[in-house]
Amino acid sequence: MAFLELQNLHRDFGTVKALDGIEIKLGEGEFLSLLGPSGCGKTTALRIVAGFDRPDEGRVVVDGRDVTHVSPNKRDMGMVFQAYSLFPNMTAAQNVEYGLRIRRQDKSARRKRVDDLLELVGLGNAGNRYPHQLSGGMQQRVALARALAIEPRVLLLDEPLSALDAKVRVQLREEIRRIQLELGITTLYVTHDQEEALSVSDHVAVMYRGRIEQMGSPAEMYSAPGTPFVAEFIGTMNRLEGTVVEGGVDHGGRRLTIAAAGDRPRGQRVLVLVRPESVEVTQANGSGGGNTLVGDVVTQTFLGPVTRLKIVGDGVDVIADVPTQKALALPVGTRVAATVPADGAQLLELKEDLPVVAEEELPAGR
Amino acid sequence: MAWLATLPFFAYTILFLFAPAGSVLVGAFQGKTSGYTLENVRTLFHSPYIDAFKTSIEVSFVTALIGAVVGLLVAYAAIRDGTPRWIRSGLTTFSGVAANFGGIPLAFAFIATLGPLGIVTVFFRNRGWDPTAHGISLFTKTGVEITYMYFQLPLMILVIAPAIDGLKREWREASSNLGASQLQFWRFVGIPVLMPSLLGAMILLFGNAFAAYATAYSLTSGTVNLVPILIGAYYSGNVLDNPHLAQAMAFGMFVVLAAMMVVYIPLQRRAARWAK
Amino acid sequence: MKPRRFIAPSALPWLLLAAIYFLVPLIATLLFSLKSNQTGKCCTVANYSWVIHNGDFWHTLKISFLLALETIVISLLLFVPTIYWVHLKLPKLRPVIAFLALIPFVVPPIVMVVGLLRFFKGSPDWFYAKPWGFLAGAYVILAFPYMFFSLDAGFRSIDVHTLTEASQSLGARWTTTLVKVILPNIRAAALAGSFLTLAIVMGEFTIANLAAFKTFPIFIQLVNETQGFPAGALTLLSFGITWAAMLSLLLVGRKRGARGAIVPATR
Repeated sequence: MAFLELQNLHRDFGTVKALDGIEIKLGEGEFLSLLGPSGCGKTTALRIVAGFDRPDEGRVVVDGRDVTHVSPNKRDMGMVFQAYSLFPNMTAAQNVEYGLRIRRQDKSARRKRVDDLLELVGLGNAGNRYPHQLSGGMQQRVALARALAIEPRVLLLDEPLSALDAKVRVQLREEIRRIQLELGITTLYVTHDQEEALSVSDHVAVMYRGRIEQMGSPAEMYSAPGTPFVAEFIGTMNRLEGTVVEGGVDHGGRRLTIAAAGDRPRGQRVLVLVRPESVEVTQANGSGGGNTLVGDVVTQTFLGPVTRLKIVGDGVDVIADVPTQKALALPVGTRVAATVPADGAQLLELKEDLPVVAEEELPAGR
Repeated sequence: MAWLATLPFFAYTILFLFAPAGSVLVGAFQGKTSGYTLENVRTLFHSPYIDAFKTSIEVSFVTALIGAVVGLLVAYAAIRDGTPRWIRSGLTTFSGVAANFGGIPLAFAFIATLGPLGIVTVFFRNRGWDPTAHGISLFTKTGVEITYMYFQLPLMILVIAPAIDGLKREWREASSNLGASQLQFWRFVGIPVLMPSLLGAMILLFGNAFAAYATAYSLTSGTVNLVPILIGAYYSGNVLDNPHLAQAMAFGMFVVLAAMMVVYIPLQRRAARWAK
Repeated sequence: MKPRRFIAPSALPWLLLAAIYFLVPLIATLLFSLKSNQTGKCCTVANYSWVIHNGDFWHTLKISFLLALETIVISLLLFVPTIYWVHLKLPKLRPVIAFLALIPFVVPPIVMVVGLLRFFKGSPDWFYAKPWGFLAGAYVILAFPYMFFSLDAGFRSIDVHTLTEASQSLGARWTTTLVKVILPNIRAAALAGSFLTLAIVMGEFTIANLAAFKTFPIFIQLVNETQGFPAGALTLLSFGITWAAMLSLLLVGRKRGARGAIVPATR
């Protein structure tokens, strides 16, 4: 039985459909990320769950109880905001203690719980500091401790790491996950960073324009994107347009052998999805043929263990990730042969024109 | 050597600010004929001078307190969610003007309202209840306080509005999320965060009323015993003939105001810190 | 909080209270200004006519206005280069000057005039006995906090260093840089400070009264004491002048970084 359910949520702001029929079922103790570009509705959905907004249609059900119209201070949920949410006139310890004071717990019990929680988030000896004396990362840890202090049934996080430095972000997201698993608390997490979502969640729901494009485990989302938007949004993907032919796909006049084309009707317009790491790259000798596309390396992007090559040729535009050592032998300007694996490619039916995903909607750091 | 360029500025402030201020200081301790004495300052502690100080301080305190509380409530009412934007802009604009609409014109405006022939007075009189017959008059300490509110209230609104803006919405939402009611939010977070700004504003209002001269002068023509009025009386040749007494009174005002400033500065620092 | 769509009921009484308290005296003044001196009843424009045809009205208005202009000019000449220089070369001095801007709180006009009269006693007549000397000198100090906060905000909103260095690298002298590059960029702040100064000087009574000069507010007080209803017309006119100055301030301030403290000086 689902612990947290969002049933057919609709929310309009004037003529804009912020939420267009959102359905989510989350089991107890599970961690779900709402992932999407800004404006997709993920924060709206979270705020409705928290009670800071009401849906025009639909329900929010927690542990069997309909809380859609319950005021936010009675929902027994803990929320971590993006920034600035710590009360400036209180120390870290006092902030964490706040929810317990409201619930009139007695002083010694409160004190102990606050100490335990600060210990849990790694701030055991920072309790007496004021928010303005804490770094961004530390502030968010306090915010987390504060939300957990009241032992909420659901933990809500609204892009808690967006305002922090990259290194702190990676560190903190792992800690959040660790704590969440330790406490077994049902968690709803909102982010626009796909790497973040994929690394810490049990489930990921990709949202776009008020709708859930696809929901599944991180591995599923990565290896089998269900829609062109998801394919573009999660990780980097080569998208080759084409038409299904006997045993493969016709891409701009070239016939690519694609195993997955077997169960599709001839003539269907499709997208061939190939991950950069699946593309084989070698020095070119000859003009290619079959699944091998020939072009020049126009850019090299150093990504650490792997280097990303952009290969452009006559009707050819692909991205390939190669081990950095190998990339040294293929500098910019080298003529190379990029081979699309017959088995490693996935096909998606192209029902309409590719969604024009605006540059700023794409996740950062691609 | 770069500081040389600031010389004209400092020379000017020395000439027109520090020297006169120092002059007051020196004069306060000078005897009528010659030499230095504490007599002037000692006299301040007797009637009518000490009464003037008491009245001035009382009037300033009352208008500062009421101005602060009412100003806060009015400003909050105008800024909070749900109130149309034009109300806030209108109030801020008007406050900007009204804070400067003091002195002589203001006194007349209140005489026209609450004076013996004022429209409000006449309004009640026509309905059978004559305020003047009951001894209620504008030209009293209370009347001065009511009039002073006309520039105290706008000043408060102008000063506290940025502080109210600084109350981040995240704090209210976090507080609610943690189970607190609206009242609890104000008690534990809202008011404490506003407190330095509130106290700072009160001090500003106090100083504002304490130093006011023109309004009281025009309103009461000397019937209410306030320190600025008493000082002015010397210069119109009425009462005192000892200039050093007037200087001692000015010095006394300076002391009161300096004491306020000593409290004000750390408060401002605190308020600025929490605004981050 | 669920965003409210309508005004909170608990907000209404306060807003109404404020509206009534602020508007009634203005309405009273208007009604008084329309009452005839003979009959004591509405409605006539005789009072306004009296004001407009009164020689002293124009005379004192002119004096106050010129005094304001003089104060503004001296203030700008004195403060703009100084604040520019401080922002550019002496940032450590800025808190000192900001502190000085608080002094007028501790030395208000009533205290200042006592000191001024004593300190400058015996100084030559062209200074001591003329508003253009004594009063203007004092008014520049009165205007200082407002000028400072306006100009300071203006300077903080532009990149003083980059502009200056760019100008100098193109060969300009200090004066050229100041006049052709810096000044146009802080125009809004300077105008804001100027309008505030205008409002202050046009309404300043304390110093003028104790030092026995005949400025516009002095004239208003005289009329208050001697005439009845014409004082109403005069009061509204003077209020209108303050309004005009403040509205100009707002219009100008809507551009860049021209926010200054809007604190009363006429009380």
